Formats: sequence, structure tokens, C-alpha cells
Amino acid sequence: MHKHSVLDLLRHGLAHNRTWPRMWRTPEPKPEYDAVIVGGGGHGLATAYYLAKEHGIRNVAVLEKGWLGGGNTARNTTIIRSNYLQDSSAALYDFSIRLWEGLSAELGFNVMFSQRGVIHLAHSIHDLQEIQRRGNAIHLNGVDSEFLDPARIRRMLPLMNLDCRFPVLGALHQRRGGVARHDAVAWGFARAADAHGVDIIQRCEVLGFRIRGGTVTGVETTRGFIGARVVGCAAAAASGVLANMAGFRLPLETSPLQAFVSEPVRPFLHHVVMSNAIHLYVSQSSKGELVMGAGSDPYVSYAQRGSFDQVELAVRALLELFPSLSRLRFMRQWAGNCDITADRSPIISSTPVRNLFVNCGWGTGGFKATPASGFVFAHCLAHGTPHPLAEPFGMDRFHSGALIDEGAAATVAH
Amino acid sequence: MLLIRCPWCSEREQTEFSYHGEAHIARPATPMDQTDEQWGDYLFFRSNTRGPHRERWLHAAGCRRWFNLLRDTATGQILAVYRPDEPAPAATAG
Repeated sequence: MHKHSVLDLLRHGLAHNRTWPRMWRTPEPKPEYDAVIVGGGGHGLATAYYLAKEHGIRNVAVLEKGWLGGGNTARNTTIIRSNYLQDSSAALYDFSIRLWEGLSAELGFNVMFSQRGVIHLAHSIHDLQEIQRRGNAIHLNGVDSEFLDPARIRRMLPLMNLDCRFPVLGALHQRRGGVARHDAVAWGFARAADAHGVDIIQRCEVLGFRIRGGTVTGVETTRGFIGARVVGCAAAAASGVLANMAGFRLPLETSPLQAFVSEPVRPFLHHVVMSNAIHLYVSQSSKGELVMGAGSDPYVSYAQRGSFDQVELAVRALLELFPSLSRLRFMRQWAGNCDITADRSPIISSTPVRNLFVNCGWGTGGFKATPASGFVFAHCLAHGTPHPLAEPFGMDRFHSGALIDEGAAATVAH
Repeated sequence: MLLIRCPWCSEREQTEFSYHGEAHIARPATPMDQTDEQWGDYLFFRSNTRGPHRERWLHAAGCRRWFNLLRDTATGQILAVYRPDEPAPAATAG
């Protein structure tokens, strides 16, 4: 893989940046691959990268029906944290943070991972008790979490109104949490995967699976049949549609979740602030824009656009905490389709079809898991068995009852 | 946001209603005889259709009565509204 250098910057800069090489090829699909990954978002591209790098499987195609990273990878609020309650979630999400910490160097591409800290507010006695219970559980799992009292919060977030309708009584702080640049994550993984020989095929929609005697042998696409020894679906909200094509159902439902970006203003908000009770999560991007999100539409929808009432709720929550932002203008609003499971934990699993695996159900919080999700799913595709970190996340948990319930414990009600 | 015509009263904004998931999922008649697989399927597995979807709604902040929608989940278009005592319309209704 080509490593960027100061000399590169100078050379291409002097040529008015017109001479930079393409970051990945645009290959024609081959008739057959060792592994086909359906979905060219962060999770699919990371899976391809780790398949090539960790397992030496380079004859891999990533099929994307639209353009690379155009789905939920580009439609989230880029928050990264690992302060989950359950042991198996903490292990998986914290492994992800450790991968994030070395990701820019590993990919040779700046993903702008900024560990500015994530602050989760408590607005009631119950909230306080809950963050103490969760904070201690998280701490025992080896994940950093600290309690903040109101005086400390006031010093850290001077513009925030602690005496709002539901006063801020305390907070839980994860210093290693933060944000990253979403596009750079997709581009960085794509570039690194391509350098390892992975074919990234955009505008190639999967129309069906070819299944012989209960074993998948390839995928039917808009660009013809592509054979595969193993197929991995990392298709987020489209996972259910793909599952229906393969003849089974998934324990998840799809709903749009919105996010918004404001006009840029001077830096005033260093941390990521999340509130469960008044339902908001907000951070300030490096460009100065506020990036914020709130609730998902409460019904099944693939519309990729959210409802006005959710916009109002989000803005109301923002102004409750930051009244001085009342004249701030929002520039953009969008929605991503979230594949939400009953226990709000992902599904990294084999399926009723042999050699067909799914990585889905990340719901409203998959961005933070991008590197770990790719890492463990690559292991699953390479060996046919789950990575130890992914073992609890199999689909069989919905039959055995061993759910990983993060519904109420995942900082913000999803 | 949807504009929903409640079959019991009148057309109202969606915020007056609450959503209760896929319709016509029958609770097992003989609960004690069900396997773990059957219980798991009943509780957690859904069709999650992209397209015409039959679903249950409650007019929670209105007449407090239940009804069903046939709604296209890709476009948001409501194809049919029907009461629980009415037969489910075909997926192409509207």
C-alpha cells in the first residue's frame, strides 16, 4: 500500500493536487471469489480489509448497490464509545476502541479519531443511581468511566444550562470515547482493502442468492452471477430484504433515525454530550458545526427520511440544554435506516443457509463498532466459526433466550 | 410523519397514535407445547417487509381504539386502513 509522505504532499501540491492517484480501482467482477461481501459500508469494507490482512484471503469482492459508504456510514453522528453495561458488549466495543486508537496509522489514512470524551448526563435520582450502577459495572470490565458532579460539569461545559426543566445532577464520563470522520473511515478501509487485492464493485445490487442443497454458491446481481465459496452480508437495513431472498427471517426491524448539522460556529463544545432523559446527543465537529441526533421514527420504514415531529423533539432537547443556541441555523438533515434488534445488540452469525453469514442488527449505534465488527466478521468468514468476541452475538440467542440486553443500558434509549 | 385516518374516529396526525408492530401474529394456542425455536420465532422474528406491510396501531391520544394499517414501508404511503374485526386486505390494496 502506498504510504503518504510530506514529499507526496509537496509534489502533488505543486501540481495543484491534480496528480493524486485513485485510492481504489474500479474492477469488473470476476466470475468467482473466495469470499463475497454484500454491502460496501464501513462494516463490509473493514471485513474485506481484515479478511485480506489477518487471514490472507485476498480473492474477495465487496458488492455495493449504491456508492461506497453512502448508507449508514455517512448517515450517523460518528460517536465512538464503549461504555456498555453487559460483559460481552463491553468486550466487543472496547476492542473496537483499541482498534480505533491505531487505525489511522494502520490504514495510512487519517480517520480523524478524536478522543475528546463522551459525557452522559443524569437528570434524576434514578438516572444518578443508574449511572453509578452502570459506571461501576463498566469499570469492573476494564473500561474507563468516571463520575462527574455538577460543579465539574459546569467547568467542562460552560455553555450548558444545568438548571433546565430536569436539572443535570451528575454525569458519566468516558475519556477514551470521541468521534471520527465517517467518510475517511470508509475511504481508508476501501483504500487499504484494495491495496490487498480486494475488488470493490460499486453500483452492483444483489438480486438473489444461488443456493444448492442448503449451501450458498454465489449471488445473482445486476451485473450477472458472481460465484462465492462464502458470502457475508453486512447490509444494515437491507439485511432483512437479503434474508428474505435467501429464505429466512431475521429478528430485527428497520426504522429511520435522523441527524442534523448546524452552521459552523466558534469552538465551544469540546466533548460529546448525551442525554437519555431529554434524548439528545450532540458534538461539535472540527469544522465548528454541531452534529446532533435524537430519536428514531417509531415504526418500520425504509424511507431513509425521518419525521418532522422527531426534528422538533431533537431541537427542543438541544435548546433545553443550550438555550443560547436558539438562533443557530441547521444546514442539513438526513436519516439512516437502522436495523434494530429486540435486545439492541448486533447479530454476527451463521444462518440457516450454509456458508452464508450475516453481520447486522447494529441498529442506531454501529459506526463505533466499524473496525471490531469487520475484524470479528472476517474471522467468521475465514473459519466458518465465530470469533470468541462475537460468540455471544449469534442469532441462536433469540431462541435460547441469552439476550444481550442493551435496550435501557446503552446510554441513550434507542 | 404520517397522516392517519383512524377507522373509529377521524384523520389525525401520527403523533396521536402509537405503533405496535407487525399485525396478524397469533399467540400460540398451546403455549406449553411450544419449542424454544417456536417461542423465539413468535417473540422476535419479523417479516420486516420492504413494501406493503400490515401493522397494528393504537389511537393512544385519541379514541384509544386499535386498528390495522397496510402501509408501504418504502414510501410511507398508507394503502389501506382496517379494523381488527375486518378481513385483511390484499397487499396491493389502495
